[in-house]
Amino acid sequence: MAELRTETMTVNMGPQHPSTHGVLRLVLELDGEVIQSVIPTIGYLHTGIEKTAEQKKWQQVIPLVERMDYLGAQSNSLAYALAVEKLLGLQMPARVNDIRVLIAELQRIASHLIWLGTHAMEIGAVSMLFYAIRERELLLNINELIAGFRFFPSYIRIGGLREDLPRGFHESVNAFLERFPAKIDEFEGLLTKNDIFRRRTEGVGVITQDDAMQWGLVGPILRAGGSDYDVRKYFPYLGYETYTFNVPTATEGDVYARYRVRVAEMRESVKIARPAISRITPSGAWACDDPRVVPPPKDKVYSEMEALIQHFLIYSQGFTVPAGEVYFPVEGPRGEHGTYVVSDGTNRPWRVKMRAPSFMAIQALPAVVKGGLIADVVAVIGSNDVVMGDCDR
Amino acid sequence: MTAAEVLAALAPLVPNASFEEAPSADFATVYVPADRLVETCLALRDAEPLRFTTIIEITAADYIPRQPRFEVVYHLLSISRRARVRLKVRVHEGGTVPTVQGVWKGAGWPEREVWDMFGIVFDGHPDLRRLLMPEDWDGHPARKDYPVQIRKGAQTYEPLEVSEHEFRANIERDRVRRTH
Repeated sequence: MAELRTETMTVNMGPQHPSTHGVLRLVLELDGEVIQSVIPTIGYLHTGIEKTAEQKKWQQVIPLVERMDYLGAQSNSLAYALAVEKLLGLQMPARVNDIRVLIAELQRIASHLIWLGTHAMEIGAVSMLFYAIRERELLLNINELIAGFRFFPSYIRIGGLREDLPRGFHESVNAFLERFPAKIDEFEGLLTKNDIFRRRTEGVGVITQDDAMQWGLVGPILRAGGSDYDVRKYFPYLGYETYTFNVPTATEGDVYARYRVRVAEMRESVKIARPAISRITPSGAWACDDPRVVPPPKDKVYSEMEALIQHFLIYSQGFTVPAGEVYFPVEGPRGEHGTYVVSDGTNRPWRVKMRAPSFMAIQALPAVVKGGLIADVVAVIGSNDVVMGDCDR
Repeated sequence: MTAAEVLAALAPLVPNASFEEAPSADFATVYVPADRLVETCLALRDAEPLRFTTIIEITAADYIPRQPRFEVVYHLLSISRRARVRLKVRVHEGGTVPTVQGVWKGAGWPEREVWDMFGIVFDGHPDLRRLLMPEDWDGHPARKDYPVQIRKGAQTYEPLEVSEHEFRANIERDRVRRTH
C-alpha cells in the first residue's frame, strides 16, 4: 500500500475574526484538527496611550486610561487615581471610598456580563449574548446617570469624584441589585448544567495554579486554578476589609472552572454593592478637601477672589505631584490592574504604565492550547476574557 | 516586607552583590546590578522566606539626561508571603540586561515590549522581536527623545484639471460608446 503523504497546515485566524475579541491575530499550525503551535500577533490596537499620557496634565490622563480596557473602564481610572493620590498623600472621605467601591463592583458585573455573553455565544449558546447585554444596559444607564457618558464616564477623578451623585442614583442601583441575582440564576440555568456547554469546556485549556503564577495570570484565571489570591483581600484598598464577601475559587483550572469562578464573582459583587449603596448618603462629600487638587465650589468662584485664582490655576496649569514612584494594584474584572506612575515633581506624569492582564493572558495562550483542538482555541480565548484594548494599550 | 528584610534574606544567597536600597512610597525597592540579576531573581523565587513566584510586570523608564539613562523595573509578587518587591536595574544607552525568562515564563512578552518601546536589549532572549509596533518601525517610541508627533510629508496628487471643453467632449465620447 502506498504511503500517504502528510503535512501540517498553517491557518491564519484574525485579525478580523469575530471570536478573537477585537483584533488579535493567531497563526495556527495544524495537524488535522490538532494544534501544533500558535503564534499570536498583537499590536493592531496599539495607540500609544502611555506615551500620550506623558504629554497630558495629571487629571487629563483619566479619560485616556479609561480607553485602555474598554470593558472595565472605571477600574483603569480607579487604579490610576489611587496611584496618583498615594503620591499626593491624599485621604479620601469615607463616602468617596464607598462610592468608588460601588462603581468598581458594578463595573466588574458589567464586564463579566459582556464576557459571559460573548464567551457563551462563541461556544454556540447565541441567545446568552442578548440576556447578558440586556442586564448590562441597566448598568450603562447608571453610568449615563452619573456622568452623561455610558462607556467611559471619567467619573472617578484624582482627588475624589467629578461631582456629587445625581438624584435617582440610589433608586437605579437598588432596582438593579434587586433584580440581578435572579438573572444570574437564569444565566446559570441555561449554562451550568448544559451538557453541550460542559462538553465544550470541561478539561479544556487547563491552567494550573503554578503555571498561572509563572505566567503572571493573577485574577480569575489563577483563582480557577485553586489560589485564593485577590487584591481586595490580600492588599485591601478603599476599605474593602470592611465588607464581607468570599473569594470564589475552583481547582480544575479549565474553561469550565473559570466560568464558574466568574459567575460566582458576580454574586459576590452584588454582596459588596448592597452594603455599599446603603452606606452612601444621598448627598455629602464627593471629593477630598485639598485645594491643590479639587477646584472650589462654583458659587465661591463667582464671589471670592482666592477661589477664582484657585479655579483658574487648576484648570490652566493643573497641579504638581511630588517626585516619586508608585505601583498601585486594584482587582479589575480581568485580574490585577495596576498602574505604575513616576512623577518628577511637575504637572505632567513622567511615566505611566498600566499592567495589562489581557497582555499576560494572550502571552500564555500558545502554551495553553497546544495539543488541543482548533475549536478549543475559541473557548480558551473567551474564558481568558481578553480585551485587545487592554492588551495593546 | 521591607527592603531591609529582603536584602537580609538575599545576602547569603547572592554573596558579594552590591544591592542598593531605594526610597519608595509603597513597597520594598532594590537596585540590582545587571550581572547578578538572574541569580537574584532565582533566589527571590525559590528561597523559603521570599517565594516571589509571580511576575507582575516588567517595564522601564527613561530618565534622560541622567546617566545611566534607563531603569528597567520588575514588579514581583509573593502570594504566600503577601508581599511585593520592586527590582530596578540601571542600564546605559546601548547596554544590555540578562533575560529572566528562565525564572518566570511570563517574562518573555514584557521584555519584548520593553525592547520595542525603549530599545533595551535583553541578553539571551530567544525571540526579541517587535511586539506592539510594526516590524519595520524605526526607533523606540517610549524614549523621551522620540518625537511625540512625527510629521510625515502628506501624500498628495495633482488635482484633476479638466476644462469645460474636455469635459463635454468626454461625455460625448462616453455617450457614443454606450450607444454602439
